[in-house]
Amino acid sequence: MIRLSKNIIPAVTKTLLKRTNQSQNPSILVFFHGQRLLSDTTASGKFSVQHEDFGRPLYFDAQATTPIDPRVLDAMLPYLVSYHGNPHSRTHAYGWESEAAVEKAREQVADLIGADPKEIIFTSGATESNNISVKGVARFYGSRKKHVITTQIEHKCVLDSCRALEGEGFKITYLPVKENGIIDMNELEKALTPETSLVSIMTVNNEIGVMQPIADIGALCKSKKVYFHTDAAQALGKVPIDVNKMNIDLMSISGHKVYGPKGVGALYIRRRPRVRVEPIQSGGGQERGMRSGTVPTPLVVGLGAACDIAKREMAYDHAWMEKLSQRFLDKIYSKLTHVIRNGDAEKTYPGCINLSFAYVEGESLLMALKDIALSSGSACTSASLEPSYVLRAIGTDEDLAHSSIRFGFGRFTTVEEVDYTAEKTIKHVERLREMSPLWEMVQEGVDIKTIQWSQH
Amino acid sequence: MSSGVTKQQVLSMYKLLLREAVKFPNYNFRSYALRRIRDGFKENKALTDLKQINQQYDFATENLNIIKRQVIVGDLYRTDKLVIENIQ
Repeated sequence: MIRLSKNIIPAVTKTLLKRTNQSQNPSILVFFHGQRLLSDTTASGKFSVQHEDFGRPLYFDAQATTPIDPRVLDAMLPYLVSYHGNPHSRTHAYGWESEAAVEKAREQVADLIGADPKEIIFTSGATESNNISVKGVARFYGSRKKHVITTQIEHKCVLDSCRALEGEGFKITYLPVKENGIIDMNELEKALTPETSLVSIMTVNNEIGVMQPIADIGALCKSKKVYFHTDAAQALGKVPIDVNKMNIDLMSISGHKVYGPKGVGALYIRRRPRVRVEPIQSGGGQERGMRSGTVPTPLVVGLGAACDIAKREMAYDHAWMEKLSQRFLDKIYSKLTHVIRNGDAEKTYPGCINLSFAYVEGESLLMALKDIALSSGSACTSASLEPSYVLRAIGTDEDLAHSSIRFGFGRFTTVEEVDYTAEKTIKHVERLREMSPLWEMVQEGVDIKTIQWSQH
Repeated sequence: MSSGVTKQQVLSMYKLLLREAVKFPNYNFRSYALRRIRDGFKENKALTDLKQINQQYDFATENLNIIKRQVIVGDLYRTDKLVIENIQ
C-alpha cells in the first residue's frame, strides 16, 4: 500500500493532497486512489479492444476456402514428388501413370454425384466451370435461343458471365428471391419462355447458406426442355447430390471448398441427352475439347481424393456441422437479443451461419474479433465496405446488412473453438452496443425507424 | 477365425492410431483425427462379419500409414499455435 501511494503521490493534485491531510486516513484514500488509477486504465480500455490472447486466429471462414485434408495431401504428394508425367503423353510410361491417376480421380468425382466418369471435365475451379456453362451453353444455342435465367444471389462469376452475355445481345432474367433467400418456383415457371436456353441457379449460397430446391428446379427445366446448370461449389460433399435424380445438366465443382487443393475444379456436363457448349479456351483439345490445357495431375488427384473422402464422410461431417451450429446459435441467442439470422433457418447448410447483430457495425466487430478469422460475406467482396448484394436481394435493411457476419464451420472445427468464438462474439457485441447511442435509445424504448434524422 | 483379425489386434490398432494422431502438430487436424478414430471404432463396435472386420482393419492400417506420413509433413512446416491452444 505504502509503495503504491508513493508512486501515486506525484501524480495526484494538490487538492487531493489537502484532502489526504483532512481525512486523517491516508490508507483508505490511497486505496480509493489506487482503485481509480486502475479503473482509469480500464476506463480508457473499457471500450478499447484488448487482446490478452495471443496466437494464430481460429479459422471460421469455411465458405471462403477450406484447409487441405491430410488424407488429400497424402494422395497428392506422390504426383508432386515422383510422378511428373503429362497425362496426355501417350507414348511412354510417365504419361500412362499420370493418365491412370487422372482417370481414377475422374471416377471418384463422378461417383460422388452419381455421374458417368466421361461426363466430368477438369477445370481450374468453379469460376471457370461457371463461365464455360453459362457462356458456353448460351453461345452454342444462341442462334435459336437468346434467353438465360439466373438469380440475384448467384456468385459473382455467374452474374458477370451473364452481364457479358447481355453485351452480346442475350436477354437475362435475374430472378428475385424470397425473404428467406429461396427462389419462388412460380416466378421461375413464369420466367421460362420458349426462347430460354439455360437456367443457372446455385445449390447452396456462399453467403447465407440457403439451399435451393434443386430437384424441383431440375424437374421443371426438364419438362420445359431447358438446360439446368447449378453451381454446387458450396454444396458438393456437404449435402447429397445426384445429377440424375435431380435432373442437373451442368454442375460446377470446386476443389478447395471440399478440403481439396486450390486451382482445380470440375464441370459435370450431361452426355445423354447431350449438352453442348462452345469452349472458351482454345488449344490442344483436352477434356473432350471443352477445356484445352494440360490437366494438372497432382491437383486433380487431390480433387478426386477429396471427393472420395467427402462421399465416405458426408453423413458424419453433416452431423458434426449440425451439432456445432446448434451449439453456437444456442449460445448466441441465450445471451444476445436483436440478432437476426439471414436466410432460411431450415432449408440451409448448417455449416454456414450469417448473423446480423443490430446496432453493431459489422466492420468494427470483425476488427474486434481479430482472434477469429471471419468475414462479413464472400471473400471476393471482402475488400469493399459495401453491404453484400445477396443480403440486399433478400431484403435486409441497409443497417442490418452492414452488421452481418458469416460464421463458417468445417470438418476440422472443434467444439472448443465454437465456444471461444461464441463467447468472444457475445463479449464484443455487448461492448460495442454499450457505446452505441442507438442501442441506448433502443433500450429506452425509442423506435429507431421513426426518427427523422436532420440532413446536413 | 482362420484369417480373421483378433480382438487384440483391433484394440492395439486403436491405440496405435490414437498414439500417432496425437502427434499432429496442427490443432485442428489433431482434434479431428482423434475424434474420427474414436467415433470410427465406436461405429463399428458391433461388427460380427469377418469380411467386414478385415476390411475395416485394412482401412485402419491404411489410415495409420497416412497419419504417420502426414505427421512428418506437418512437423516440417510448423506454424505458431492457435489462440485456443495458448489459453488451455
